[in-house]
Amino acid sequence: MILALLLIPTITGAAAFLIKRSTVLKILLMGAALVHAACTALLWHHPIAAPLPGQWLAVDAPALLFLSITSLLFLCTALYACGYLTGRRNPVPSHYQTESAFIGYLLLFLASMTLVIISQHPGLLWVAVEATTLVSAPLIFHHHSGHALEATWKYLLICSVGIALALLGNFFLNVAASGGEGLFSMTFANLMAHATALDATWLKSAFILFLVGYGTKMGLAPLHTWLPDAHSEAPSLVSALLSGALLNCAFLAILRLHALLVKAGLGHFSQSLLILFGLLSMFTAAIFIIGQSDYKRMLAYSSVEHMGILALGAGFGAAAGFGTLLHAINHSLVKTMLFLLAGNILAVYGSKSIDKIQALNLRLPLTAALWTAGFLAITGTPPFGVFLSKFMILKAGLTGGHAWAAALALLAMTAIFIGLAMSIIKMVYTPRPAENPSDLPVRERTITLIPPLLLGLLALGLGLYLPPALKTLLIQAAHMLGLQ
Amino acid sequence: MKTVLEILVTLLILSNLLLMGSSRLGTLIRTVAAQALILGLMSILNHWHCLEWGLMLTAFVSILIKAMILPRLLTRAVREAHVRREVEPIVGFTASLLIGLLLLAVSVYLGSQLKQPQSGYASLLTPTSLFSMMVGLFILVSRRKALTQVLGYLAMENGIYAFGLAFTVRETFLVEIGILLDVFVAVFVMGIMIYHINRNFDHIDTDKLAMLKE
Repeated sequence: MILALLLIPTITGAAAFLIKRSTVLKILLMGAALVHAACTALLWHHPIAAPLPGQWLAVDAPALLFLSITSLLFLCTALYACGYLTGRRNPVPSHYQTESAFIGYLLLFLASMTLVIISQHPGLLWVAVEATTLVSAPLIFHHHSGHALEATWKYLLICSVGIALALLGNFFLNVAASGGEGLFSMTFANLMAHATALDATWLKSAFILFLVGYGTKMGLAPLHTWLPDAHSEAPSLVSALLSGALLNCAFLAILRLHALLVKAGLGHFSQSLLILFGLLSMFTAAIFIIGQSDYKRMLAYSSVEHMGILALGAGFGAAAGFGTLLHAINHSLVKTMLFLLAGNILAVYGSKSIDKIQALNLRLPLTAALWTAGFLAITGTPPFGVFLSKFMILKAGLTGGHAWAAALALLAMTAIFIGLAMSIIKMVYTPRPAENPSDLPVRERTITLIPPLLLGLLALGLGLYLPPALKTLLIQAAHMLGLQ
Repeated sequence: MKTVLEILVTLLILSNLLLMGSSRLGTLIRTVAAQALILGLMSILNHWHCLEWGLMLTAFVSILIKAMILPRLLTRAVREAHVRREVEPIVGFTASLLIGLLLLAVSVYLGSQLKQPQSGYASLLTPTSLFSMMVGLFILVSRRKALTQVLGYLAMENGIYAFGLAFTVRETFLVEIGILLDVFVAVFVMGIMIYHINRNFDHIDTDKLAMLKE
């Protein structure tokens, strides 16, 4: 089963490069996404076992959780991609990446993210995270424009250097482990078993390097500088995957080491660092969201904010663990929805500038409705799921002795709410004299509306009702990641 | 054997200073390649007595990729882009050299603070590895040409590899090969991007890549 999860996207991804026909490519993409989702769904029926010490690849509770998010999002974006590729203006500019390459890299991207999630070995994890950077860079460069080039270059260089630091962190971890009772296989399960025998200084330094390295990839301020550029220049469905799935993978990598520190009795150290980076990210996001003129960049900064909330939640410790993981799900659902809708808007208006988008409610009524709902969801308005998880995190902070951090976080959230509201309202409802010919509704294509609608409904559903199976999984995952 | 290793470490330090002070891209590429060769040799010499095939193989693959294939790739990129020199770096070459000496002093101090894994040449290699990483990072931020930045990245990677050698970090064979493969593909993709930057803008100066701003 685990091998199928890895091999299906890898093989179909490689095959896609050789196929020229558009229909076959789309069937391949949808097929692979469906099989991947089906495999993940089947895993839900298996009892989740803790990974054995010698196991390099295993689906434990956190892996199943993040795998489910990734798989679901990929399925939705794959469906959207089929619409996106057929709906492009014809003929597609010849300098664009070919369709086979685009779909090939998308599938390889899924494969590398799956590998990140199910890796139980820090070295393998590192290899997988770097692989996600390398296969997603061509996706960001899809339009082959000067801007895309700049964004891709920044993404490649900043993330590669960041991840190189994480490699050094890996070596530190090795050194920390080599001191005591000799060498053992460096899987996370094994490290956890020997947690107290690890050298504390080396372990702490390793965590700093992990946090800086994978934090670059996760988009924690001040290491987030690649993120807004990459998210605004990539095709919208790629931004959706980057934001909804990839950032989570990096977060999981950090959490895996965090769990080790908690087990080794150094939880206090990693928690305070996570809180610091979390708050910094939230305030950075707030500053750049207010007065932002590009709506895709605005969404990107909102991702920085939510990554900050996740880091903060992890830093608040035991009480916030459940809420943090729930927030990861909620953010992924809503952010993917918003980026896909941004793609719809961009396709009609041809501009990413907030000022150029006017009377969205008249031209694209359905997209406008979903866009507004998405805005309400992402800012944590009840009854959406984001409200619930944000509330849990803040409550845990207030009761757990981090009142100041929680208060500051609330301040940043309020500022972001105002910033987002001003832009969204400006885009959706522009007061205009009626009968403006350019305000006539444009035909909206169903295939580009279904995925965001589905995601939005799920995000709403999670705010109203938490299925018991999901609840159990979240508790188990929080337990395994040292968040409970 | 010990003297040979000590000479190699000294060469590593000197090569880093050369990286800081040289403007010719060809020299920079050859220096980074030489570093990779030195590190590969050190890894082989270090384990000469136990002859473990996995370690030998990774050392050879590492030399093959980092000292032979990648330099050739980058040399080609230099030729295509018609640039020979790093002109007007953000920090001048003399200043860079002085900063290099300062970084060397800092790394010797830091190295002495770290718990030493063993005596002998490894105690010399630890500060050297820190020095290499710092030089790599410094080149990354202080040079304008995209190609020089890639070289900075590689120099940093060499430093991390050296750290692994100093502390005899034993990653599994598969992971080692995976890391090498990732570095190879990363530089390969960066090479492709440089090609595109050059074709789109007729230059490879990254400081002119500044359209995306707040």
